[in-house]
Amino acid sequence: MFAWLKKPASETQITHGQRLWLYVLAVIIMVLLVTPTLIVIPMSFSDSQYLEFPPRVWSLRWYEHYLSSPEWMLATWTSLKTAFLTMLVATPAGVLAAYGLHASQVRFVRAAFLFLITPMMVPLVLVAIGVFYVYAQIGILYTLFGLVLAHSILALPLVVIVIGSALKSYDMSQENAARSLGAPRWKAFVTITLPQIRFAVVTAALLSFLTSFDEVVVAMFVSGGDNPTLTRNMFNALRDQIDPTIAAISTIMICVTTFLMVLAQIFGQQRAAKD
Amino acid sequence: MRSQDSDALPISIRGVTKTYGAVHALDDVSLEVKSGEFITLLGPSGSGKTTLLMVIAGFTRPDCGSLKFGEREVIRTPPHLRDLGMTFQSYALFPHMSVAGNVAYPLKLRKLQKAEIAERVEKALETVQLGGYGDRRITQLSGGQKQRVALARSIVFEPRILLMDEPLSALDKKLRDQMQIELRHLHEKLGMTTVYVTHDQREALTMSDRIAVVNKGRIMQLASPRELYERPANRFVADFIGDSTFLPVERSGEQVSYGGMPLKFVQAPPDTPTLALMVRPERIVLSSEGPREGANNFAATAVEVVYQGDSYLLHARLDDGTLIALRGGVRGASLSALPNVGDKVTLTLAPEDTVLIDGSEA
Ligand SMILES: Nc1ncnc2c1ncn2[C@@H]1O[C@H](COP(=O)(O)OP(=O)(O)OP(=O)(O)O)[C@@H](O)[C@H]1O
Ligand SMILES: [Mg+2]
Repeated sequence: MFAWLKKPASETQITHGQRLWLYVLAVIIMVLLVTPTLIVIPMSFSDSQYLEFPPRVWSLRWYEHYLSSPEWMLATWTSLKTAFLTMLVATPAGVLAAYGLHASQVRFVRAAFLFLITPMMVPLVLVAIGVFYVYAQIGILYTLFGLVLAHSILALPLVVIVIGSALKSYDMSQENAARSLGAPRWKAFVTITLPQIRFAVVTAALLSFLTSFDEVVVAMFVSGGDNPTLTRNMFNALRDQIDPTIAAISTIMICVTTFLMVLAQIFGQQRAAKD
Repeated sequence: MRSQDSDALPISIRGVTKTYGAVHALDDVSLEVKSGEFITLLGPSGSGKTTLLMVIAGFTRPDCGSLKFGEREVIRTPPHLRDLGMTFQSYALFPHMSVAGNVAYPLKLRKLQKAEIAERVEKALETVQLGGYGDRRITQLSGGQKQRVALARSIVFEPRILLMDEPLSALDKKLRDQMQIELRHLHEKLGMTTVYVTHDQREALTMSDRIAVVNKGRIMQLASPRELYERPANRFVADFIGDSTFLPVERSGEQVSYGGMPLKFVQAPPDTPTLALMVRPERIVLSSEGPREGANNFAATAVEVVYQGDSYLLHARLDDGTLIALRGGVRGASLSALPNVGDKVTLTLAPEDTVLIDGSEA
């Protein structure tokens, strides 16, 4: 243990001992960040009518309540459908956009890129209000279509950035080689470029799924009626009655999200290892 | 499969211009490549060699001009329909496929039978001396092997035109020399019209039927290696190919003289307003017995003598101050007879080696 403290931690010969304060600080920050999230997990297994910590009696009743409630099931189904469709829309659109930006030699490429990632920079509430008014005008408020569209706008910047960075380390002359060998451009893209950025594509797809699945602000405005998302219903439930069902659902969502994030990480790593 | 009699196609480039903003990457280039010919584009960095190759391959659309393969105008044909083989400076192999997968790629696009693909892939790999390497991954290959795979992939579908952009520049000298000879043999065997790009003059001289020297988007001279070296059309070519020193000369009527001394020469000088005498280090000779009858003699002072193993290099200053390089053999007694720094020496140039060229700066 003490020997380890004296070992260099980096090329610059700083020892682990000298870095100790940094490690402690990192742990404190992580605890502060993660604890509030994790606290709902024990709360969800409580038998109490109210959210309480620590629970006095353990039970699965709130999970049962969630699974047997038609409203919660409808919301879950909506969220999953929306997230899945968002993934299907945003991933191909984003991949094509990133490819276009990468391959094109036009001068306004930079501007086009900034334009595509604006949804990431504008405050979400503004996007939500804007989308709400537009949807109200054209009558697609509370529809699955509208929801998917809005979420795709939010997911698109992520896809463009992830794919764009993957393409940076890809040698485009391979595609030219394929074309000179007789492949039309689209075929060169599908058979040569796409297989080599596949990990980035999977990562981007998972991220766009998550973007939609976790999203609450825009969903508050444009989901509802027949198509309420899980996040929206949770938010409303919190306002009306504080009920441990929320904790149960949160726990499930944390599990799903963590799982997908880990997947995305793994694919990201594979990509890094491949380069 | 193509028939035997249409092995190669001539390429005809007429008046091709390509500008990038204010840069003339290609400036009214015309070039006729004969069928089956091995032609090299040689020029300094940024002279437009790659651009011209990209125009032929179809990746760059020129501002104007015409491009014909045989009788067919192809300026508007997309790259994948031009049916030419091309190797890239970065190899551009597909790392997610095996060696065989790479070589089979153009054949699969042409929807050949599986058995025939396998057979032709193996044959192409054998041609580049990589028989049995089909299952290797691209990342497991050395630079020279990658180069060979790229070559096999570009010839496996028997294109009638082959384009190569500095294919050997990433290899070390030994391998490069070996690959030059191999490429040359391959060209003799397959006979396709070949346009080769390099900025290595020795490589160009070794391999080509004809060389097009390119500078600032223009073709300065198109000639056989020998003619290019012996009779450069202008100072740029003379300077770019081989080392040379230029001496100012005056013309009066039929006579050309350097510093008041009439020059003896064989080849008539070009009909240009100014002339220069081109002196190659390996053509000018150190005379041990003073001025020689029937040759052009220059009095000079030895400035530096460098022993280089296979030869020696002598720098000598002429009386007018010009520094001249002379390369001499080290055979027998010549090494011991070398002058010392500061010695007066006589340099002689035979009339056959006295080359007068256009003296204006290109
Ligand atoms: N896509 C482009 N955009 C702008 N300028 C370009 C482009 N491609 C080439 N050029 C310019 O055209 C000129 C010729 O370039 P080219 O690549 O043909 O040179 P090269 O002879 O192949 O040089 P090298 O030996 O360095 O490869 C250069 O001045 C270059 O800067
Ligand atoms: Mg080049």
